[in-house]
Amino acid sequence: MRIKLEKRPEPSTLMAFATPIASVLLTMAIGVVVFDALGIKGEKAVIDIFLTPLLSSYKWQDVAVKAAPLIIIALGLSVGNRAQVWNIGAEGQYVIGALAAAGVGIAAGGAGGGIIITLMILAGILGGTFWAVFPAFLKTRLNVNEILTSLMLTYVALQVLGYLVGGPWKDPNGRNFPATAPLHADQTLPILFPGTTVHLGVAIALVLPFVFWLIMSRSVFGFQIRVVGSAPDAARHGGFDAKQTIWLSLLIGGAMAGLAGALEFAGALKAINLGFPSGYGFTAIIVSFLGRLNPIGCLIAGIVLAVTYVGGQVAQTTVHIPNSTAGIFQAMMLFFILASDILIRYRVRFVGSPKLAPMPAAGE
Amino acid sequence: MGTEATARLELKSITKRFPGVLANDQVSFSVQPGEIHALLGENGAGKSTLVKMIYGIMQPDGGEIRWNGERIVVAHPKAARKLGIGMVFQHFSLFEAMTVLENIALGMDAKIPARELEARIKEVMTQYGLKLEPHRIVSTLSVGERQRIEIVRALLLNPKLLIMDEPTSVLTPQEVEQLFVVLRQLASEGCSILYISHKLHEIKALCHTATILRGGKLVDTCNPSVETSRSMAEKMIGGNLKTIEKAEGRTVGREKLIVNRLNMPARSHFGVSLKDITFTVREGEIFGIAGVAGNGQNALLLALSGETLTDDPGAITVDGAQLGRLTAKQRRLAGVSSVPEERNGHAAVPEFTLADNSVLTARDRLGMVKGGLIDHKAARTYAGEVISTFAVKALGPGSTAGSLSGGNLQKYIMGREIMQNPAVLVVSQPTWGVDAGAAAAIHQALVDLAAAGSAIVVISQDLDELLSLCDTLAVINEGRLSPSMKVADADIEEIGLLMGGVHGDPAATANLHPEPVHAHQA
Ligand SMILES: Nc1ncnc2c1ncn2[C@@H]1O[C@H](COP(=O)(O)OP(=O)(O)OP(=O)(O)O)[C@@H](O)[C@H]1O
Ligand SMILES: [Mg+2]
Repeated sequence: MRIKLEKRPEPSTLMAFATPIASVLLTMAIGVVVFDALGIKGEKAVIDIFLTPLLSSYKWQDVAVKAAPLIIIALGLSVGNRAQVWNIGAEGQYVIGALAAAGVGIAAGGAGGGIIITLMILAGILGGTFWAVFPAFLKTRLNVNEILTSLMLTYVALQVLGYLVGGPWKDPNGRNFPATAPLHADQTLPILFPGTTVHLGVAIALVLPFVFWLIMSRSVFGFQIRVVGSAPDAARHGGFDAKQTIWLSLLIGGAMAGLAGALEFAGALKAINLGFPSGYGFTAIIVSFLGRLNPIGCLIAGIVLAVTYVGGQVAQTTVHIPNSTAGIFQAMMLFFILASDILIRYRVRFVGSPKLAPMPAAGE
Repeated sequence: MGTEATARLELKSITKRFPGVLANDQVSFSVQPGEIHALLGENGAGKSTLVKMIYGIMQPDGGEIRWNGERIVVAHPKAARKLGIGMVFQHFSLFEAMTVLENIALGMDAKIPARELEARIKEVMTQYGLKLEPHRIVSTLSVGERQRIEIVRALLLNPKLLIMDEPTSVLTPQEVEQLFVVLRQLASEGCSILYISHKLHEIKALCHTATILRGGKLVDTCNPSVETSRSMAEKMIGGNLKTIEKAEGRTVGREKLIVNRLNMPARSHFGVSLKDITFTVREGEIFGIAGVAGNGQNALLLALSGETLTDDPGAITVDGAQLGRLTAKQRRLAGVSSVPEERNGHAAVPEFTLADNSVLTARDRLGMVKGGLIDHKAARTYAGEVISTFAVKALGPGSTAGSLSGGNLQKYIMGREIMQNPAVLVVSQPTWGVDAGAAAAIHQALVDLAAAGSAIVVISQDLDELLSLCDTLAVINEGRLSPSMKVADADIEEIGLLMGGVHGDPAATANLHPEPVHAHQA
């Protein structure tokens, strides 16, 4: 018996759905085994990380608030990834977006209300977009790899953050910590359900996937992104401009990350300190792939990853494993989803053993 | 068939099924040592599928393969190569960013030092008269040159059975002759050859036996030397072959496409630059561009389609409108359609459905876009129309382009452009890999399109095709185009000389009657 991969005539829709689910299940299974081997109650840890946040309703609001930025950033990244444009600097764009929103808030002084909040959100979008201009320019003009430039700009963004919150924007009434003053109550995003932390950003994160889905599956722009990603020569033949595609996909990625940053700032954290960047920009890369670069998939995957964040905190208190354990699970999921990608285009066949072969070529 | 001597290769009841198609149905035949055996059949008859199983790329669902009398399972191509089976593909598998030498080295199972490999490649190339520069990057090569890499690669293995899937589609007549010399030499040394081609006169000239497939079944076996091209084509189709009908006394109208001193720098170090290309195509005229692969045909197609732009807006005009600086999209809207020679990944996206592939080039002209959104229903309907009008063998508009056989995808792409009724249509290798019946259908469609008033440019290396199809002809060589000549009074020898580069010398271009001494230059 041998295993053989055979190309499918059409990519398998079943597998496109099954592999992300299988990846999550496999991650859980391996988690159990590994933790048991380490002498920690594996089953308990995995249940706490993956199920407790879903089963206990008081954790839902945490999941929702954590999922929102992941989903929004992943939507933008998926556009680029489809076009084979690899923006891995969403974290930096997220930070700049939040800073831009904070800048508007500070400039507005005591003023608040709908208009100021809208301006803050727009500033966040523009800030993230601006941060993506550099990789786009360098890529289209000088052919500099966007993976490097976008990642490096993340560190620049962190320096900008450090400078602003430790200098000009430092809260004068704070205890000399590098942090901005907390937002005025009327500069924060409205809460959707009184008594919870679920803010307007969550609603935006629920609606946007459908908007993106419409754009990607129905619009010429979505078509353009898909063609450029699959066959650049065919895209040129079809009259699509490769440089324009790079620009647009990077700017959209930046815009979404900036939006997420502004919403997180104005909706959840309400102040920016050095701990503001919490890795959402990187985790969103996992969300994007786990969601198969599909907007609705990103919505679901964003929730799954948010669950692991919240669950990681749960497991920290129940089975005393470090919070960063969640990161291991997240990485495992990415690993499995990328590895199982091949099942969409290929089918595994078990071929009868070639015993009767007088084959000089038994090797490999 | 001969069980007297042990056959080199024997197939018994080979069956292969794909979802929705039975690609091979109980196919049995054998190939003797030193035999050149043709495999004939319409597009989608299952020829490529059959040889892929012999070469170990796919496994049969039923039946057996015998090699020198012994039953074998060819698990993968490496096993096939070890047995002494070499193959040259219809579609090449080359790494674009690497050199010829690196590509060949990667394809070798044994590690050979680069220097030694290069020496062996040179040896094979001189032995068989194949011209190829080992250090060129593949992306800069024409289709014809790329194919030479595959041929050299296969020959380096000293094969006992050489499978060639449409090897001559892109070769010039001279190159074909050279290839045949090689193949005959190989056969006389005892190597068997399994030869797939749609060019029936080649089969007649080269092959000892022909096995004919139709709809996956073996329908006939014949001796090509006693058949005519037409009789073989009719055996393939199982019916009568149509001949092109050109309306009597066709007249050409006003000047439609005017290309005036079109210059284009080479896209890469090894690319070909276009130099002062000048020609005119009138309404209703089919204008042929002959030439050896790699002489600027690609660059010319890209320049006309708008995939590369010139600085001179007046270099290309259609009905007086200057198109030189318009993008591909704008040119399509202005009525210029094109079909590049590479169908996978250039003319079509293999992993997209046929419907989505119609959106690729027909969306603007056929109004498939409304308010930035794609009308998928219109795309499916149009793809369906192309499929039925051009008799494309496909399950439907939802099939991916990559699942079609080579010739069927070509039919689809040609249909997709022709049915948009372009004012100007530029096509490269319109019938590359297309069977005789379908080639006739495509030629007829081009003739009909011209009759309806379009100006058509056909870039082809198949001189017979150009002579039977075109009204006017010019030859491209090293990025220069010869003056046009009427096909009716064209002199084949003169064309051959132009293709061989006599007009690389401007004096000779002006004077279309080269001295007899040049006659052997081609
Ligand atoms: N990987 C595949 N998946 C599904 N169907 C396939 C696949 N490969 C081939 N087919 C189908 O099998 C049939 C035979 O295809 P094949 O490529 O063998 O034809 P062919 O005789 O080589 O045609 P051509 O002359 O056009 O190259 C066609 O109907 C084709 O669509
Ligand atoms: Mg074929």
